[in-house]
Amino acid sequence: MIDVQLLSSELSLLACEAFVRSDAAGGVVTFVGNVRNQTQQKKVLRLHFEAYRPMAIAEMRKIAERMIQDFGALNVAIHHREGTLEVGETAVIIAVAAPHRKAAFSACAFGIDTLKETVPIWKKEYFEDGQVWVAAHP
Amino acid sequence: MMHVKVLAFGISRDILGDFNNQIELQEQATVSDFKDALLAKFPDFCKLTSLRVALNGEYADDADIITSKDEIVLIPPVSGG
Repeated sequence: MIDVQLLSSELSLLACEAFVRSDAAGGVVTFVGNVRNQTQQKKVLRLHFEAYRPMAIAEMRKIAERMIQDFGALNVAIHHREGTLEVGETAVIIAVAAPHRKAAFSACAFGIDTLKETVPIWKKEYFEDGQVWVAAHP
Repeated sequence: MMHVKVLAFGISRDILGDFNNQIELQEQATVSDFKDALLAKFPDFCKLTSLRVALNGEYADDADIITSKDEIVLIPPVSGG
């Protein structure tokens, strides 16, 4: 089972874990990505996430499908925020349930690594002296 | 000739500014032709780490043919997560 969501309200680790939980799955691995208070020694005030919605959801679903087909996961939840986030808020949650821990760990790592490469979501960091689209320039 | 409408997000929207997002292309133009036309008009795109193009919600290859019905979206470096 797959649950992919792009949300403008607070993400719930409990909801993600409850979704993936199964009596056939001995292992559940979750990744929670939070907004850090600094980047490259610069104080971050807040973040803004912008998404190309239909494609972002489709690409997250492709990742979840690969986590199941290629890594042996049973159930996958991927929830990502959009809009403005304060420091400490959760930007992304990936939850994976698999029969054994190895599959759950490797599927989860693949999920977050691939999300950062392929899902059309853009992050703007706000500093005290300006703002920048992350990773836009070399 | 045909006119195609471009959707832009993140820094690509900042680069396009208040441009009307219509690009003129030859019929049967490829994604590569489209990128050339875009970069000629907006050289700031050359400064980006990468620039991909999506057609109708899927990543496109440089050789893909564009039609005036396609939804064309600029995908500058993504930074979700």
